[in-house]
Formats: sequence, C-alpha cells, structure tokens
Amino acid sequence: MQVLDRLETPVSVTTDQADGAVSLHLAGRFSLGDLTALHGALMQAATAGPFLVDLSGVTRLDTAAAWAIAEADAKATAAGHSMQITGASADSAALIQTVRDALPNPDTPPAKPMTLALWLDGYGRSVMGAVSFLMQLLGFLGLFLSRLARALRHPSEFRLTALVHHCHEVGLKAVPIVALMAFLIGIVLAFQGSTQLKQFGAEVFVVDLIAVSILRELGILLTAIIVAGRTASAFTAAIGSMKMREEIDAMRTLGIDPAAALIVPRVLALLLMLPILGMIANAAGLFGGALMSWVELGISPAMFQSRLIEGTDVSHLMVGMIKAPFFAIIIGVVGCHAGMQVGNNAESLGQKTSAAVVTAIFSVIVIDALFSIFFAQVGI
Amino acid sequence: MTVATDPTPVIRLRGIRNQFGSHVVHDGLDLDVYRGEILGVVGGSGTGKSVLLRSIAGLQRPVAGEIEVLGTDVRAASEAERIALERRWGVMFQDGALFSSLNVRENVEVPMRAVEGLDPALRRAMADLKISMSGLPYLAGDKYPSELSGGMRKRAGLARALALDPEIVFLDEPTAGLDPIGAADFDTLIRQLSDTMGLTVFLVTHDLDTLHAICDRIAVLAEKKVLVTGTMDEMLRVDHPWVHDYFHGPRARAALTAKDAQKGS
Ligand SMILES: Nc1ncnc2c1ncn2[C@@H]1O[C@H](COP(=O)(O)OP(=O)(O)O)[C@@H](O)[C@H]1O
Ligand SMILES: [Mg+2]
Repeated sequence: MQVLDRLETPVSVTTDQADGAVSLHLAGRFSLGDLTALHGALMQAATAGPFLVDLSGVTRLDTAAAWAIAEADAKATAAGHSMQITGASADSAALIQTVRDALPNPDTPPAKPMTLALWLDGYGRSVMGAVSFLMQLLGFLGLFLSRLARALRHPSEFRLTALVHHCHEVGLKAVPIVALMAFLIGIVLAFQGSTQLKQFGAEVFVVDLIAVSILRELGILLTAIIVAGRTASAFTAAIGSMKMREEIDAMRTLGIDPAAALIVPRVLALLLMLPILGMIANAAGLFGGALMSWVELGISPAMFQSRLIEGTDVSHLMVGMIKAPFFAIIIGVVGCHAGMQVGNNAESLGQKTSAAVVTAIFSVIVIDALFSIFFAQVGI
Repeated sequence: MTVATDPTPVIRLRGIRNQFGSHVVHDGLDLDVYRGEILGVVGGSGTGKSVLLRSIAGLQRPVAGEIEVLGTDVRAASEAERIALERRWGVMFQDGALFSSLNVRENVEVPMRAVEGLDPALRRAMADLKISMSGLPYLAGDKYPSELSGGMRKRAGLARALALDPEIVFLDEPTAGLDPIGAADFDTLIRQLSDTMGLTVFLVTHDLDTLHAICDRIAVLAEKKVLVTGTMDEMLRVDHPWVHDYFHGPRARAALTAKDAQKGS
C-alpha cells in the first residue's frame, strides 16, 4: 500500500484559456524535482495577466510547489493583476500560508565598490597583521624564557618527565629519517661533485666539497627543515586540540601555568635534541659521501679520513652547529604559538597546523640566510 | 494531519537486537510509529536511544530484527531502494553536524544537489526558504557553522534535514544545551512544521517540557526494550518504578505545573 502510493503519480501542469480566463491545473504529487517546470509555468502566467491556479488534482503539495505559488502571487500582485487559488485542500492551504510567512525578505547589504582607499586599507591591514604576528612571536619567546628562568630558580617545579617524553618524541624518533636523509644527501653530493671535479683531475677535492657543505650548511639546515615539518605540526596539533577542548582553560583554573607545563618542556626538548640530530646528520652525510667517493672515485675510506682531518677546519662544524639552538627555538616557538591560536573548531586546528609548518620552515631558511651573511662579513 | 488516521505504521520495528561486543543494548525491541505523529523517545542515559535512532536511519545495522520504514524493509533494501528511502527522511544530529567548510545555505543545498533538473537559482531560493522556515534570519545563510551559536546550528541542522521535504525526521536531543526560551521556541517550531508539512517526527529527548508541549505519544526505553508507549496521561499512570520516577520526579512536576499554567492563561 505504502509503496504504491509512492509510485510517482506523474505530475502535470496544464494551462487552458476557457472564456478568456487563464487557468493552471496542477495535479499529482509534487517534489523538488518538479520545481523548475512549475516555477517556469507560474511565472509565465503571472506576467501575462490575471489567472487561476487549480489545485484540486494535487495529491501532495511540497514546500517547493507552495513557494512557487506564493512567488507567483507576489509577482502577479506586483504587476497589478490577481491570482486566485481554487481546490486547495486544508493542508495545501496551510502550507502555502506557512511558506508565505517564512518568505525571506532579502535585505542584502549593497556591495561596496573597490576604491583605491579600500585597496590601500586592505594592504595596510595585512602589513600590520604581519607586524603584530612577529610581535606575538617575540612575546611568546619572552614568555618561554621567563618560564625557563623560573624553572631554573625552582627546579622542583620543573616537569622532567614531560621533558624526557618530548626528547623521545622529538629526538629519538626522528633519528632514522634524519640519518637517512643526510646519508642520501652525502651520496648525491659525492656523485655530483665527482663528475664535475673529474674534468679537472681534482677528484680528491670532493672530500672538501662534501665536508664543507655538509658540516657548514646542509647537515643542520636539512635536519631543521625535517624537524620543522615533523615537530612544529605535532606541537600545534597537540596544543591546539587541548585548546579546542578547553583543557588549557581548565589548567589555568586549576592553577597550572600552561606556558610552564606545555611550552617549556617542548621547546627545551627541541633545544637539546636538534644539535644532537644535527651531529647525527653530519655523521651520516659524511658516511654517505665517503661511501660514494670510494665507489665512484676509488678514494679509500682511510684516505677520505686523512683528507678530511687535514683539509677541513673544525670551524666549519662550529659554524654549522651554532645555528642549531636558533633553529630549535624558532621551530618550537612557532609550533607552540600556533597551537595557542587555535579556536574552538576543528577547521582552525588544520589551518594553524599547516600555517605552523610553513612559518617554521620559512623562518629556518631566513635565519640560515642571515647567518650566512653574518659569517661572510666576519670572514669565518 | 491528525494522529492515527493511518493504521499502518510508517516505522515498524520488530525484535530488534543491538549489541556491541558482549554489551547488549537492545533485545527484542518492538515499536510502531504512525504517520503524522510526534513520538518522544525517553530513557536513561546509555539506554540506547541514539543507537535506536541510528538503527532506523540505517547508520547502524542491528544484529537481528525487522525494520520497516515507509513500507520498505531497511535491512533487505537494495542500494537504489535505500537511496530513494533516504530522500524521504531527514536526520538532525545532536549538534547539527553541519559541514564546517560550507556556509549554512550551501549546507542546506547539499541534499538538493542530488535532485535532477533543479535550477541552481531556484535551489538557492529553496535553501533560503528552508533556512527561514527553521526560524533563522535570512542573512544566516551566508554564515559558516563556526560563526553560529549552538541554537542556530541546531536550526540550521533542522533546515538541512528538511531540505527535501521528508516524510519522517529523526531528531536526537534537539533541545539539549539550549536555554529554556530557545528550547520552547524550538518545540513550537517542530510542532508547526509537523502540522503544516505533515511530518512524522521521531524525537529523542530528555526534556520534560518538550514531552508535555509537543509529543503526541511517548515511548519509554528501559530494560533493553520499549517498555511502554502511550500519551502523557497514560505515562503518568504507569507504575513501573523508573517510569514513575521519571514522570513524577520534581522536574516532571515542575513541567506539568508549567503546562497547566500555560493552559490556564
Ligand atoms: N559504537 C559503539 N561501540 C560500542 N558501544 C557503543 C557504541 N555506540 C553506543 N554504544 C553503547 O551503547 C549504549 C547506548 O548508547 P546511546 O544510544 O548513545 O545511549 P543514549 O540512550 O544515551 O543515547 C551505551 O552503553 C554505549 O556505551
Ligand atoms: Mg544519545
């Protein structure tokens, strides 16, 4: 029975013009799919002149059809003639009335023209936004340092377990990917260097090439970039989801300082682990380079070693490693700051996480460039 | 639409058994819902009201039992039958469950996109109409879910559930978390829509005021099945301890007094 009454009774809309009066006969069971046709027919009738809508054949009127009828009525009235409804069941009439009452009154705000002033205004705002973002980051760095100083003064309050946990997450778990990446970079450098240097018969300088570029720049820079991708996002996601579930507010009400509890252990863990990861990357890079030099150029490991010790000053390693704490702090601060900016919806969590990664990587590269200029100027 | 003009139920459940691991939620549950009525489903927390709603709406498959909705056996239905059936009911989830990447109007348009031959401009107009019928201001259509209050999100969720003029709507605790005035407005809205659109409403609620104000019939879920069904007056006479406590507790008396006061004025 139920299924039968649903078997689509074909909907029909017929127009006739008996004794000069236009009338529309609606029949069947209306649904949203019929709206386009019905709306078209009604609108045409409404512009033409007075007309009659006959609903006696309708089995079910839906809101869409009721809306079309109400719209046609409004249009006919606006054009100065009338529409009449006949044969409407009580339900249909009630529905048409409900729809009429609910008809939205569009009060769309006028679109503002794009003037030069508005354009400048937009620019000014984004510049000021960037400035205030930098100020916020700086403030966050200050917060970290002040909490760190307090932790040094009151070592009993310090969260050692959290620090160890984050060292494990940030440091130990990143070792395989960092070592593999550096190893492959060492191989690539040796290979590219040897093909170029072979032309001059200066194969042996490939050792200097590998050592200087890895120790000075690539080892720590690429490590920092990988850590920025891995860890900044993890910090933002972890802190952000706590922020979303009001856990951070709960901490505050319980007298726990979120900065001391969440930020200090994370940034400190990065500060401790990034130099170690950088050293591991250096070692793996040199190992990859030595291996490739041996295979490609026949430079034996022993020769590689002696050439490395003679020809490469330890200052190259210093220049590389001195950047590590700066990278660590910027990655940690950017990640934690973005986490604290998360609002109370899941969308902003995703946005802030990807923004944190982009900002962290970008800052790492900017700092590296600044260091390069600095070292060039002081001549190291 | 008057109640019980149609003797065949639109939702017919027989012997439903739902189980998670060894935890049996429903066992041998029977329930009928008739065309045009508002059925309030009550029960303690964790008695499986949401699970029951999800089973009927096809979001969860019971271990055993028959579910017939609008004459179709939900468990045995083919893919095409299921899709056809899903267009004839709407579900409103607890917090609206709006798609956060779409604004309210686009959310309401989502089910309408499946309708063939519907002009995009008309679709927009219909979405605005549904938004307005759900008691939201016209400009709310341009807002994103994160910009709305809890009550507005629920209304937007209702607008989306009503997008295709369904015959049945399932509402899971629609007034939970609303202030009393907002909750009363929502009750009125549901009653009004049910009357004008001939909706059958399956309403899970804890709100005694809602039960008094709009439900034609009440089904009590306890002891893994539907313990009793009946009107509010019948519920007041049931002497099962839980049911008695539920409908005679201090809050229930307050709701009853409030209703009487409303009638009197
Ligand atoms: N996906 C699931 N897995 C395991 N157990 C569930 C699941 N969904 C619900 N339950 C259990 O089923 C019971 C009923 O849940 P629910 O229907 O949400 O209760 P309520 O009546 O409060 O809406 C609860 O005990 C809950 O733990
Ligand atoms: Mg529930």
